[in-house]
Amino acid sequence: MAQHSGSYTPGTGIERWLDERLPIIRFSKEHLMDFPTPRNINYWWTFGAILAFMLVVQIITGIILVMHYTPNVDLAFASIEHIRRDVNYGRVIQGAHAVGASMFFAAVYIHIFRGLYYGSYKAPREVIWMLGVILFILMMATAFMGYVLPWGQMSLWGATVITGIFSALPIIGEPIQTLLLGGFSVANPTLNRFFSLHYLIPFIIAAVVVLHIWALHVPGNNNPTGVEVKDSRDTLAFHPYFTMKDLYAIVVFMIPFAWFVFFAPDILGHPDNYIPGNPQVTPAHIVPEWYLLPFYTMLRAIDFNVLFIDSKLGGVIVMFGSLLILFALPWLDSSKVRSGTFRPLFKPFFWLFAVNFVALAYLGAQPAEGIYVMLAKICTFYYFAYFLIILPILGRIETPAPLPTSISESVLGESKSKA
Amino acid sequence: MGAVGVAGVAWPLIDQLNPDASVLALASIRFDIAPIVEGSSVTILWRGLPVFIRHRTEAEIEEARAVPMADLKDPQRDEDRVVEGHDQWLIMIANCTHLGCVPVGEAGDFDGWFCPCHGSHYDTSGRIRRGPAPANLVVPPYEFISDTVVQIG
Repeated sequence: MAQHSGSYTPGTGIERWLDERLPIIRFSKEHLMDFPTPRNINYWWTFGAILAFMLVVQIITGIILVMHYTPNVDLAFASIEHIRRDVNYGRVIQGAHAVGASMFFAAVYIHIFRGLYYGSYKAPREVIWMLGVILFILMMATAFMGYVLPWGQMSLWGATVITGIFSALPIIGEPIQTLLLGGFSVANPTLNRFFSLHYLIPFIIAAVVVLHIWALHVPGNNNPTGVEVKDSRDTLAFHPYFTMKDLYAIVVFMIPFAWFVFFAPDILGHPDNYIPGNPQVTPAHIVPEWYLLPFYTMLRAIDFNVLFIDSKLGGVIVMFGSLLILFALPWLDSSKVRSGTFRPLFKPFFWLFAVNFVALAYLGAQPAEGIYVMLAKICTFYYFAYFLIILPILGRIETPAPLPTSISESVLGESKSKA
Repeated sequence: MGAVGVAGVAWPLIDQLNPDASVLALASIRFDIAPIVEGSSVTILWRGLPVFIRHRTEAEIEEARAVPMADLKDPQRDEDRVVEGHDQWLIMIANCTHLGCVPVGEAGDFDGWFCPCHGSHYDTSGRIRRGPAPANLVVPPYEFISDTVVQIG
């Protein structure tokens, strides 16, 4: 909130000298230590810190991997094996990076769904939300290009299918595809540029994260009641209260992470990617990584022509639309009440949306035939209906439950009822 | 003026992404088809793309030519997909026209090719018959240098 107390007083002459020239200690104290944080935020709010931690893990392990990896179609596959078998601790570092991508996405999905439930995208936090959507899209691009680098069969053919999406665009599609690939098929030039971009985008992500947090520190955190902070009784200092809580959450989060890395580093991958990329043979089932499945399902769900838009282009429009629609969410939800806790009608639709999203992921891993085709269409319809029909209408017809007058009242009310 | 200058600087930065000279240098290849016996096919690489060269049987050619045009999603006569006098040789880029997977040969419901990725069926002329693919398998530009050597590209 606007109550940045400016409690920092330089203790020594050197600090005073620095404070007048670059007030970095003052800035850190205000934003990393004293920052007033709603005292009632729950563990779902720790995923922001978990995501920051995961970004650091991915960048550090990634930079190390580059010291041993060779971006060339003849050498890439072997260099990954070299890392896993020969490089000291390479097995762990490569495993942490590959599993880390999955853990990163697991955390970001929880983070996004927390925002969806508690209405964190609503005014005055629209820009935080939109920067978050940009981060999510950048993450997907990074993960996709990273998956190409080991140059296994799934790397090659996943890249072929995904870049093939661009060929769906009328007229300019094929030249754009050729431009992206640097050739007429996914080959060495493609691998090299994906490698370059895979190294670059995480730093762009880090920069957008700074904007995301900057935008967060203007209105401050949302909280489970959705009621804005009114006075200092509603908040606690970020340090030590939430630094410790976040740190604890990170440690808990690292337990499944470590289990995967040490005991099942390949379980989240696909066995076909253990076959070196072969441009003459396609694997029987091309499946993207689990975290991209819901969007892959929506791409495949459109297998019919709509007017002059053929099925291939239609699928592409729906897939990109499913991401772009998130930018409009703050203006699509007509309810003034932020938190889903106080919205009796919203709750069942929200949980159905969550189940629907998991169903989309499940369907993406199934072959596109029989009952799965129809289910994919139904789930895709609900995904869009939630944003375009349900949320705009709900706010107008719903009678919300009474809101607490303040955060501190809601906290004290709880402790009274327990006593 | 400034915009022209910016565009002039930007273009090399974009155009470097396009296929380079070494990729384009592979744009034309010659291949000896004599060893391919009737009823079999090979997959070769042209410009990095897999290319099917199939030595078709009489039955396959007849089957392809007996199909009424009305049954075809992307109507094209079999005669227009091969070189006259070399009707047994079917040469096509082996990427499914849907999203680029390589279809499996002698499979599917029309005795031609079947794409395992999203279930497109092609007939013995490589024409799309069923599934999400919008078009027939693409016939690349090629010519017969002699009866047994074909130049693709």
